[in-house]
This record gives sequence, C-alpha cells and structure tokens, in this order.
Amino acid sequence: MKAKNQRLTLLILAIAAVLAAVLLGMSALKDQAAYFYAPADVARKGVPLDQAVRIGGMVKDGSIQRAADGVTIDFVVGDETDAVIPVRFTGIVPNLFQENSGVVAEGRFLPSGVFVASEILAKHDENYMPPELAGARHKTETLE
Amino acid sequence: MIAEAGLAALWIAAALSLLQLCLGALGLRFGTLNQPARPEPVEGLSSSPTAENKDRASTSSARTEGEVSDSLLSTVRPIAVAQAVLVAISFLCLILLFLRTDLSVALVAANSHAAKPWLYKFAGTWGNHEGSMLLWVAVLGIAGGAVALFERKLPQRTLIATLAAQAAIGLGFYAFLLFASNPFERLNPAPMQGQGLNPLLQDPGLAFHPPTLYFGYVGISIAFSFAVGALVTRDVGAAFARAMRPWILAAWIFLTLGIVAGSYWAYYELGWGGWWFWDPVENASLMPWLAATALLHSVTVLATRDALRAWTVMLAVVAFSMSMVGTFLVRSGILTSVHAFAVDPERGFFILILLTLYIGGALTLFGLRVGTVREGATFEPVSREGALVANNLLLSAILGIVLVGTLYPLGVEAVTGEKMSVGPPYFNSAAGPIALVLVAVMAAGPLIKWRRDKAREVLNRVAVPVLISALALFALILFAPGIGIFPLLGLVLAAGTAAASLAPLWKRNLRRTPLFTWGMVIAHLGIAVSLAGMASETAFTKETLVAARVGDTVTVGPWSVRFDAVEPIAGPNWTAIQAKLTARRGDGEPFVLEPQARMFTSPPTETSEAAIATRLGGQLYTVLGKGDMRGRWQLRLWWKPFVTLIWLGGVLIALGGLLSLIGRLRRERKAKPQEAWA
Repeated sequence: MKAKNQRLTLLILAIAAVLAAVLLGMSALKDQAAYFYAPADVARKGVPLDQAVRIGGMVKDGSIQRAADGVTIDFVVGDETDAVIPVRFTGIVPNLFQENSGVVAEGRFLPSGVFVASEILAKHDENYMPPELAGARHKTETLE
Repeated sequence: MIAEAGLAALWIAAALSLLQLCLGALGLRFGTLNQPARPEPVEGLSSSPTAENKDRASTSSARTEGEVSDSLLSTVRPIAVAQAVLVAISFLCLILLFLRTDLSVALVAANSHAAKPWLYKFAGTWGNHEGSMLLWVAVLGIAGGAVALFERKLPQRTLIATLAAQAAIGLGFYAFLLFASNPFERLNPAPMQGQGLNPLLQDPGLAFHPPTLYFGYVGISIAFSFAVGALVTRDVGAAFARAMRPWILAAWIFLTLGIVAGSYWAYYELGWGGWWFWDPVENASLMPWLAATALLHSVTVLATRDALRAWTVMLAVVAFSMSMVGTFLVRSGILTSVHAFAVDPERGFFILILLTLYIGGALTLFGLRVGTVREGATFEPVSREGALVANNLLLSAILGIVLVGTLYPLGVEAVTGEKMSVGPPYFNSAAGPIALVLVAVMAAGPLIKWRRDKAREVLNRVAVPVLISALALFALILFAPGIGIFPLLGLVLAAGTAAASLAPLWKRNLRRTPLFTWGMVIAHLGIAVSLAGMASETAFTKETLVAARVGDTVTVGPWSVRFDAVEPIAGPNWTAIQAKLTARRGDGEPFVLEPQARMFTSPPTETSEAAIATRLGGQLYTVLGKGDMRGRWQLRLWWKPFVTLIWLGGVLIALGGLLSLIGRLRRERKAKPQEAWA
C-alpha cells in the first residue's frame, strides 16, 4: 500500500471508529439514560412508565413505614410544591437516609404511581445534597 | 510559621515555573537559527547495530546546534529540579500542619480533628479540595523534575521544549492554587475543634489510592509535554518514542494500581457489594487509562517500526486532556457524586479555562505542525502493527463511549435544564461488546509477527486458544446453564485469552526471554484473569437480604450463616453496633464475621463496615443494616465466586507494566556505552 493511501485509510478508520462509537453511544443513551424526576415534574408531566428513572426530593416527615418482612419500606418524597411521590424500597437503606432529609432513588414507576426503587443512592454526609436537588436551598447549605 | 513557609515555597515554585517556561521559550527561539536536520533512525525488531549508528549520528548533529540553547539547557534543568523540590516542601508543610492538627489553618480546621488516628490525619491532607490540588501540582512538579534529572535520550532542543511545556501546565495550576484554592489560609481566631474528616474517607485506602492515582493521572502530563516538545521541534520519530516510552509506562503502572485500589476500596467501604459503579468519578480515572493504554501500544509501534507518528502524538495529547477533564469533573463539583466534595462554581470555571487553554493550545499546535510530521513507515494489515492499530481504534471507541456517557448529562442540563443521569445499563451495553472484541484482538495480537504475516499461519497459532475457548463454552453450557450472554462470553473469552497470552512463551528458553516480553505476557494474562473475575461475579453472585433475629440461621449460596449476637463497641473516634456472624460451608470449619454499623461524632455520620471473608473460590460479603426495635436486624449477605480475580488481574496488569519498564531500562543501559560519548 502506498504511504499516502495508508495514512488516509487509517485516518478514515479512526474517524469512523470514533464516530460509530459516539453514534452507538447516543442511540444507547436514548434507551438507557435515566431521567431525573422531582415530585413537581411527575405532577406536571405524568408518570413515565417502561423506563428506568431517578427521582429525588425530601423524605416527608413521619412517612417511613416498615413492612412486616423487615427489609421493605414505604415512604413519601416531596418537594417545595405540594406534589409527592410514594416510594417502595426493598433493601438496606444508606446510613443517612432519614425523614426530613434529601434522597435520590433509582427505579421504575408502577402504573399506580408508586415508585419501586431498585437503589437508594448514598448520601455523603449531613451537608451533602445531590446537585440534582437543585435550587437555592442546596447552594446555601453546602460548605459556604 | 509552617503554613507561611509552605505558602512561600509554593509562590517560589510558581515563579520558578514561569522562569522555566520563559527560558525554555527563549532557548528555542535562539536555537531555531541553526536547527539541525535530524536523520530519522528506524529500529528493527531488536535494536540493530545500524540503528545504533544512526542514533549516534543524530545525537552528534544535535551537539552542534548552538551554544545558546546549550547554556540555557544547563539552567532549565536545575530550575525544573528546584521547582520540584520547592513544591514538594510546600506539600510536606501541609502534611505537617495536618499531623499537628494546626487549627489556625482554615483547611485543617475544616477537614481534620485532633481525635483522629494519625494515619487519617496524614492521609486527610489530600482528602479535601485544596490538599488534593496541591498534591496534583506537587506530582506535576516532581514529574517535571524527574524528567530534568533522568532524561538523557531526548535531543536537547526537544528536552527544553518538553520542560517548558511542563512548566506551562504547572503555571496554570499554581495560579489556580494560589488565587482560588489556597491551602495555607489562616483562620483568625482559630476554632477550638476541627470539623473532622468525612468518615467514608477514614480508611487506609485513603493513604494509598489518591497518591497512586495522581502519580498516574498527572504523570501522563509528561507524555503530553513530550508530545508538545516534539511538535515544537518537529522531531517525532523512533528515538523520541523510545525516550517517551518509560515515562508513559511508569505513569500507566501507577494509574492501573490507583484504579484497582480505588475499585477495591469502593467495594468494601461503600457496602453495596459492587466493584465498579460507572460513577463519573470512576470514569474520570478510566478515560485517561484507556487513552494511556492506547498510547502505550502505539508508542511501541513508533519505537519499533517508526509508524503511527501523528497518531501517537495525538494520543499523548488526548491522554492528558482526559486527565484534565477528570480533574475538572472531580474538582469543579458539578457531579452527583460522593467525590465532589465542594460545590463551588468559581473554581470549576477556573479549571474549565485552564482545560480549554491547554487542550485547545495543544490541539492548535498539533493542527499547525501535523503537516510537517513526516510520513512514518507503512505496514501490512496482517501484522503486529495491524493488530496494534485495531487495539488503538477499539480503545478509542470505548473511550468515546465513556466520554459521551459521562459528559452527556452535563451537556443536556446545560442546554435544556433537564436533569438526567446515565448509569451502568448504558455503559455495559454500549462499551461491553467492544471491550470483548478488544480482548479477542489482544489475545491474537502477540501471536502475529511484526512487518508481515500470513493469515493462515496466524490461524494455526490461535488454534489452541480457540479450542480452549470452545471447551469452556461447552462446559459452561453443560454445568452452568442460564447465565447471561455477557458473562458467558466473558468467561469463554477469558479462558482462550489466558491460553493465548501465555503462548508467546511457548517453546522459548524462559531464562533468555526478555523481561519486557514477560511483562507483556503477564499484563495480558492479567486482563484475562480480571475478565474472568468480572464475568464470574456477574454470573454466579448469590444474594440474601433478610431481617433476622439473634439465633437465626441464614443461607446464601453454599454458606449457612448463624446470627450469634449484636453488641456495641467503641473505636478511637467512633462507636458501633457490631453483629457476630458464624459462617460455615457444608461441614467445613466455621469462622466468625463481624460487620459493623459505625457512628462518628466529628462530623456526625454513620457508615457501615462490611465484613468480608476471602476464601479459595470467592468472597463472603456481609453487611449489617438497621434494627427494627423489635429484635430484628437487617442483614445483607453476598456470596461472590472468584470476585478476587478482578483485582488480582489488575495487580498482574500493573506487574506486567513494571517488568516491561525494568526490561526496557535495562536494555537502554546496555546500549548506553555507545550513546554516552555523544
């Protein structure tokens, strides 16, 4: 193969490989990216079915109910609005999971509107709130 | 006084890096008048005598390039070393402040506490934003100093340009430290107590993981500076590649170890039983690793066959760009992640500007100069070079996928304000298949000859590994039906790859096999071992989650675990509830596991300490959850067959890198008498 040709071939191959990867990535993102919903979003847009999503907000005071099996809990997530999301989770909750504190959960909605969490994301310390729980509250509470 | 001394050392180091940059630039400007025309030596499979002669000729012509750059070089080198020493002193001062818990320093007060074991006072130095940035800069300075001290192969002009580039990077980050994150700021009045270190970080892992990772992360800056240096002097060739290779290898070894350590740390500390979460912070360390791995292989092609010149330089730029993107992601606090310690947009903006400046600058230089990089040698598709090009393309593709997945949510949020997150399903389904193809190419690559090979002969050589893979497939379908397609392919591929990676040693005198061949064999074997661990963990993990009373027996996989007791205990700066579990497999010897739920007072935090028993064949992983006040406690148990292979493989990969590095340096030393007179 001639030198010029080979360099060109390699260049095209490299660009094709990276482009293909990015396109593959983009198309996978459409299916796989988990969108983030706050209770207000659910109230506005309705419940997204058939898709893994993340939800987040504050755990409502007095809302944590423990089921008889000892490992399943139900609780309610709220935000600044009146909207709420009922959540069910089976597993060991992260150490800083408690009422009146921020939470981010990953999972799916049931048609009934209950969110079944497959994972509750760990909170890092008392000051930390996921940036996904945006708003003035977040900024004022962290490390200023 | 210590804080002031540290700050002064930092200022002087910054000034020296400015001097280093200016002198370097000046030296190059004067030197351009009599720029030498360098012959490009081509190294054969082994360094042939003719190649050595050509090298000699080239270095002797470099000698005539002018007194000016000669005298400037003699100043640039000591300046780089002095800068390294000063920034190291500055970092030592900060360590000393943390060891003494000097609460008049704002950083110590915010992140440390007198009642903390000394190891965490020590390691706490870099368990925060300012401290870890100082470590970053210290590693950068030390790396530059090391190049000034030890690099003897590079032509003088290129070396000056390299050190100037290293100084240019340093300067930006010194400015960042001094103006936006001063670690030595005083507090007046000093508080009575420090706020303590995040308990998740209070682990021996903190002493090891960040420094190792940073040495790898920032060590890649040398590859970047070498590339910039070579572009400035238009000197990209085999000799340049041979000079750059040991530095890349060294950084790559540290990076590998750092990632492995971080993975194991997250595995046992976070108590989720996972070893890789595709967290953006993990991706931030994986992306430079992917680029550095590609670079490591392309630089070998450049050194051996003088091909892939522009590509190698490009990869060096990309690799360090990924390090800086990683630094930006972690340090700017824009991520949903436990690693983003602080949320401070000002700092993020600062790093973003540095990032744009350096990557943009390097890419512009690349664009301007790539035309003058002369065409390297060409090669046949079926050859070792061909396989390495395939390796590079696949690694770049994976890098692209990880980069897209990591940055996409940030981009979407910036444009539409919509918040989203990209998790493991995306990365596994998009990058997983490519990674498997990559491993298959990696298995075959070392069995293909340099320059030219016959496809049929290659097929003959891979026949045995393919047969072993087929046997593994048969055995798995027979004995472990119903495991997922990914783990199945992973295990099958791992078996074949393990066999193929050992094949280069076949019919060879093992004593005479060069050390760097051993390095390649062991590193590739490590990939197979690690892949086997990942696939087996995914396929065979058993999990049990219960609320148990004291006295209950729980089973998980082949184990039966008896819940014997719950008791409170106290540590140096925490108290804990500790469960006593007695585990037993069949009629085997029982042993005790003691998972804890710890409570720290400064800052008030709870962590769970998993108890993990490593046995031949896997790990039993136990976590104690909450009590329900009626005598039941949540217990989460995992049996993870062969999970340890993941990190064992990682260590093998790093060991392979180390052997390769030693082998290369030894060969260089043998060749040295011939070069020394130049």
